[in-house]
Amino acid sequence: MIPTYEEIYAALAERHGAELQKKLSTARTAVCGLGGLGSNIAVCLVRAGVGHVRIIDFDRVDISNINRQQYFLEQIGQYKTDALYEILKKINPYCEIVRTNVRLNGENIPEILGSEDIICEAFDDPEAKAELVNCVLERLPEKYLIAASGMAGLISANLIKTRKVAKRFYLSGDGESDVSEGTGLVSSRVMVCAAHQAHKAIQIINALSTT
Amino acid sequence: MVRINGEMNDASGKSIAQLLEALGYPPQRVAVELNMEIVPKAEYSETFVKDGDSVEIVRFVGGG
Repeated sequence: MIPTYEEIYAALAERHGAELQKKLSTARTAVCGLGGLGSNIAVCLVRAGVGHVRIIDFDRVDISNINRQQYFLEQIGQYKTDALYEILKKINPYCEIVRTNVRLNGENIPEILGSEDIICEAFDDPEAKAELVNCVLERLPEKYLIAASGMAGLISANLIKTRKVAKRFYLSGDGESDVSEGTGLVSSRVMVCAAHQAHKAIQIINALSTT
Repeated sequence: MVRINGEMNDASGKSIAQLLEALGYPPQRVAVELNMEIVPKAEYSETFVKDGDSVEIVRFVGGG
C-alpha cells in the first residue's frame, strides 16, 4: 500500500518541522542535466519533500552512467527524464515532477526556466555550464542559481565547498578538478558535490518567506 | 589596483576580455562578475576595470 499524501506529509513534517515542510512543499525547483550531479540532486530534493521539481535533459541512460547516477540497469536506453521520473515517483508519488526533454540553450532557457524559483546547474560540459549560468544571470536575475565546477577524481572530498558568488548565485565544487585529467568521475565525490547543491537549495527554500 | 578573485592585481584600464586572456581563462568557460554584477558575454571587450573594482571570474571545468 502506498501511503496517502497526508501520511507522507505528516512524516516529512515530523522530521523537518511544520514550518520548513510547508516551504519545501510549495517550492519550485529545476534541475538542469540529469547525470551524476542532477540525478542525485533531484533525489535529494524529492526525498526532502520539495513539491515541484522540473527535470531537464536530452540524453538517454547509458551503461557508463551507472557508476554514479541514480539509474538502474533495466533503464538503459530510456530517456533520462523518463527514467528519473519513475524513480522520483517511487520516492514520493505526490511530488509534481515535470519532464522537459530538451537540450537547453541560450534561446530556450528563459522560457523553460521562467516559472521556477531555484535552478540547479548540473551539466557535465564546461561550455554548457557557462552558457546556462551566463544566460540565467543575464536574463533571469531574480532566480536563485546553484552551479557546480570541479568534482572529478579521488582527491579529498573535503575540498568541495559551496560559496556565494553573487546575490543569488552559488557555486559548489573544488573549482579545479577537471574530468579530462586523471581519474574521471567517482560516485562518492560526485554525490558530495550534488548533495552540496541540493543542501544549498533547501537552505534557500528555508530562508524564503512564505507569502 | 583591482581585486581579482580576492587577489590584488595591477589591471586597471584593461578590458574583461584582456584580463581573461592575460590570466589564461577560456572565455567560453567562464562567468564574470564585476562588483557583484554579471558582465554580459557580449560586453567583455568594451567593459573596462578601474582602481577599486572587484572582479570575480568563475571558471567551469568538466564533469557532472
